[in-house]
Amino acid sequence: MPTHTDKAYEAELRSLREKLLEMGGLVETAIASSVRAITERDDALAEEVKDRDREINRMEVAIDGACRRILALRQPAASDLRFITTALKIVVDLERMGDLAVNVAERALDLSRAPPLAPNHDLVKLADLSEAQLKKALDAFVTGDVAKAEEVMKGDEVLDTLYLKMFNDLIVLMMEDGKNIRRATSLMFAAKHLERFGDHATNLAEMVVYMVRGTDIRHPRSRAGG
Amino acid sequence: MSVATRKAAGAGLSAITGAAALVVVLMLAIILVDVVRGGAARVSWEFLSAAPEEGMMAGGIFPAIYGTFVMTLMMTVAVLPVGVLTAVYLHEYAPPASRMAAAVRVAVANLAGVPSIVFGLFGLGFFIQFVGAGLDGAFSEPGTITYGKPALIWAALTLAILTLPVVIVATEEALRAVPREHRDASLALGATRSQTLGRVILPQALPGILTGAILAVARGAGEVAPILFTGVAYFLPDLPDGPWSQFMHLGYHVYVLATQSPDVEATRPLLYATVFVLLALTFALNLVAIAIRTRTRQKAAAGH
Amino acid sequence: MTTPVPQAFPAKMETRKLEVRYGAKPAVRDVSLRLPERQVTALIGPSGCGKSTFLRALNRMNDLIPGASAGGEILLDDRSIYASHLDAVELRRRVGMVFQKSNPFPKSIFENVAYGLRVGGMKGRAALAERVERSLRGAALWDEVRDRLDESAMGLSGGQQQRLCIARALAVEPEVVLMDEPASALDPIATAKIEDLIHELKARYTIVIVTHNMQQAARVSDQTAFFYMGELVEVGPTERIFTNPSQQRTEDYVTGKFG
Repeated sequence: MPTHTDKAYEAELRSLREKLLEMGGLVETAIASSVRAITERDDALAEEVKDRDREINRMEVAIDGACRRILALRQPAASDLRFITTALKIVVDLERMGDLAVNVAERALDLSRAPPLAPNHDLVKLADLSEAQLKKALDAFVTGDVAKAEEVMKGDEVLDTLYLKMFNDLIVLMMEDGKNIRRATSLMFAAKHLERFGDHATNLAEMVVYMVRGTDIRHPRSRAGG
Repeated sequence: MSVATRKAAGAGLSAITGAAALVVVLMLAIILVDVVRGGAARVSWEFLSAAPEEGMMAGGIFPAIYGTFVMTLMMTVAVLPVGVLTAVYLHEYAPPASRMAAAVRVAVANLAGVPSIVFGLFGLGFFIQFVGAGLDGAFSEPGTITYGKPALIWAALTLAILTLPVVIVATEEALRAVPREHRDASLALGATRSQTLGRVILPQALPGILTGAILAVARGAGEVAPILFTGVAYFLPDLPDGPWSQFMHLGYHVYVLATQSPDVEATRPLLYATVFVLLALTFALNLVAIAIRTRTRQKAAAGH
Repeated sequence: MTTPVPQAFPAKMETRKLEVRYGAKPAVRDVSLRLPERQVTALIGPSGCGKSTFLRALNRMNDLIPGASAGGEILLDDRSIYASHLDAVELRRRVGMVFQKSNPFPKSIFENVAYGLRVGGMKGRAALAERVERSLRGAALWDEVRDRLDESAMGLSGGQQQRLCIARALAVEPEVVLMDEPASALDPIATAKIEDLIHELKARYTIVIVTHNMQQAARVSDQTAFFYMGELVEVGPTERIFTNPSQQRTEDYVTGKFG
């Protein structure tokens, strides 16, 4: 695969890609840790997730700056242009995902104050699925693998179904006993955050398809005439 | 090399080149001073306008001036069109690998190297004994020779051939100096090749062509060997009355005065004076030419 | 609002399987390209890719190069430019050219612009003056030179000289204007003026521009054609070529991976 004649430019693009992956890695860790903070009732871990979010936000600013710089100085075209515009959007999704991890960590702090409500199998499963979605989307981004990206987009359904199941189960728990309400709602929020997390991963996958193919496949029903 | 050595070397080079230039100026000065000293006194209006008397030991040199002038004029009229058109052909119209163009160029180069005396013999053999004799055969009364003898026209034509290479080379240089972009621009605007030639290329090449003309004229006016057999005479009672007459010539006059005078002392002043006039004429010619060239160049740069 | 696709416009000029050789070597091979009417087509590609040769074939300037020969067809308004109804001189009045290095004649500004008209047979100072003014206005140069039409063109700045050459080309009222890297010798502001001018000229003329500068091609053209080693690799709407070209070689060139 030929590289850019200007090695400095090539290096800038590589650095940008690495930063994005690094940020993705931080987000993966954050969501995993925040769910573990719930299941293991670990307040220290929850606090750590909240602290580390600063790092994620810093990376967003850095990546934005790098993209702007490349736009101004390099006039990127074709695939480079699509990569930069994708990067600008991915970074927004990643930052939101970091915020969602913080939200889950806050639920953890809340839940650890009372005894556990019910076994957390579904929550863990939901978390695992969302994390896997992010990982797969990032892989697709790195390798330009459209097939993988399309898997992510299809996989969102499974996530949604699981979330719905959790939602209904928690409603039942709340109806059984008024004392459960507080903890159940906390868990419901946490599940919602994880479901949103999965949605963002799907957005990422859609961006990857655009970056590779050059066709914008987002919002197919609202685009008139293609 | 140290700074001091570099400076010394630089100064040394300036000195040497300056000295060489000085030598040239010195040579010219010596010639001029000698001539002026020896001849200025004798030059007067009478000298310039009177015919020679007493076997060339007195009188003036008007016929020689007249003859030189007329011959040079005829030579120029003959050489310029042929030379310029040949150069235009070589530069504009000949395909680059053309054998004809190569042959022409070889011919021109060789022509430039032919010794002037050989031109004289050529003139005699070709113009006088061939063309002239042929004309005589066709148009003259049998037994008379009107065309097949030394005459102004044959001398002029011989000199024209001698100076042809000069004009061709100078014109070609001038044409080559016109940037190709102007030719392209003209053609791209829908001009034909001849329009391009006439409106863009030749006007820009004019200073160079004039240079060629002047060089030719200066050379031709001074050459003596080619005219020896083709038309010049030592003493003629009357001025030439047409192209078929013989003529007197300043350069030849100098030669004769210097080598065949019965009384060296008496003719020396005349000799110096004639040389003076010849040189003055040459210088005047060159100055006029330079003036014309400078003015054409200025006009060309300022637009029509 | 979507920009109309260049292919929707009728082809003012078109080549079909064009081949141009210098002696035995082909400089342009099998190029079939439509040049839509009143649109700007940019020809891009690395040095020696044949884009300038292609451009010069359109007004038969290659005829002037000894040993150059052309195969295939070149059409103007659907008729071959080599057909008997048209000779090279008449063709060049309909298809004008502006060169890379501005080349005004060493004549006055007026005479430069009037040159094409004079060689075409137009006479009469009044008629010429009217056309000269119109052309200078068309080239956005009138206001700068209206008071010095009889001064030498050599006294103008580089950017002005190039606009003068454009005015000179426009004076004969061509239908197509070919530009061979018109701004490559100019500073950024002069370049911007030329690009702005091209945008205005588009309304009346079909323009074909060869450029080394990809960003200029992107700014100025409706349709871009990418040449490489004498062949036409890809042609399409400029936006598509620069955001999502379909050929890998185009992609590599446009992103700076070679050339």
